[in-house]
Amino acid sequence: MNLYTFSSPVNFYQLSGKLIPWFMGGAVVLGLLGLYIGFFVAPTDFQQSEAYRIIFIHVPAAWMGMFIYLVMAFWGAIGLAFNTRMSFMMARALAPTGALFTFVALWTGALWGKPMWGAWWVWDARLTSTLILLFLYIGIMALWSSIDDVKRGDRAGALLTLIGAINVPIIYFSVQWWNTLHQGASISLTKAPSMAATMLVGMLVMAFAAWFYSIAVAFIRVRGIILERERQTEWVKTILEND
Amino acid sequence: MKSRHKKLLVIVLGVVGLGIAAALILNAFQSNLVFFFSPSDVAAGKAPTNRAFRIGGLVEDGSVKREGDGLTTRFIVTDTAKTIPVIYTGILPDLFKEGKGVVAEGRIGEDGLFNASQVLAKHDENYMPPEAAHALEQAAKAQQTVVPPQ
Repeated sequence: MNLYTFSSPVNFYQLSGKLIPWFMGGAVVLGLLGLYIGFFVAPTDFQQSEAYRIIFIHVPAAWMGMFIYLVMAFWGAIGLAFNTRMSFMMARALAPTGALFTFVALWTGALWGKPMWGAWWVWDARLTSTLILLFLYIGIMALWSSIDDVKRGDRAGALLTLIGAINVPIIYFSVQWWNTLHQGASISLTKAPSMAATMLVGMLVMAFAAWFYSIAVAFIRVRGIILERERQTEWVKTILEND
Repeated sequence: MKSRHKKLLVIVLGVVGLGIAAALILNAFQSNLVFFFSPSDVAAGKAPTNRAFRIGGLVEDGSVKREGDGLTTRFIVTDTAKTIPVIYTGILPDLFKEGKGVVAEGRIGEDGLFNASQVLAKHDENYMPPEAAHALEQAAKAQQTVVPPQ
């Protein structure tokens, strides 16, 4: 048994079934812990006072929205190059969660922007490129569902995902490349975080909760896709008869 | 080379090509993607004169003056090199403060006064409890009064 064992739908179906409760449980525990740290332990901010607490939702959601897109692009590239069935299914399973997180990031940002900046929305580079990310997610999902032939749909969606992937670095670096209203990154790989330790811990715990949640729901969705696509096979028939 | 490796190579080259194209396009549109102009940009004539645009910088310390009507505010936007006086009638955002970042949208008059129709607060990426901010302030003050060692 090696890693490739799980590129077969039947094995992955069984593995993901065992893992889902663990990831979902982890997401609930980490989410509750993160919210507790964020809303009860973390201190108020010196200039935004309580309103800054948006970061415990906003930042993990924005990270997840960008990261899931990159993972989809990765699976799309693998699928196009090696013609592996599971990669396309993973890409399809991830898209709704990525869109959801991007939407949450935009929505919470607007709620915060009104009292802090003085505007719900501005067309600066960071906000605009994030809106494009949401449209890309919606466009890819629409493309998939508009093509009846599964294999053709997979390929078309993967291609669009790959083309849109250029948007992710643009979102990430927009605050460095241009004058934007959105502030720069508080956390990056190249310098020490410019935020108090408790705030940082709360945000990272929430980010891990978002990871666990994303993995769990992607697995749930991919199991559905596997059953649908393999419905002609013996093993799916056996499973369905036993249930 | 196997055909699937060839395919992977084509995909990688395609993504790289797309990246280069995007970089060139964004570079060409550089000035249109800028959300605001600094006072130095305005002084250098980079800002449009015939239409509304945004200026950004810090609100100069001690420059905020409220008019009698309670809604009109005058302040000076600075980037520590150049300054622009601004007049604005309306509600200011919570984070609007002297010494903090601000973005104002409006037109610049013949007299150099910027007539703002909207004022947005731009804050920085630092998050800390008020006590820590106070301690930093004290440290900065202490440093100013101490004579640097020779």
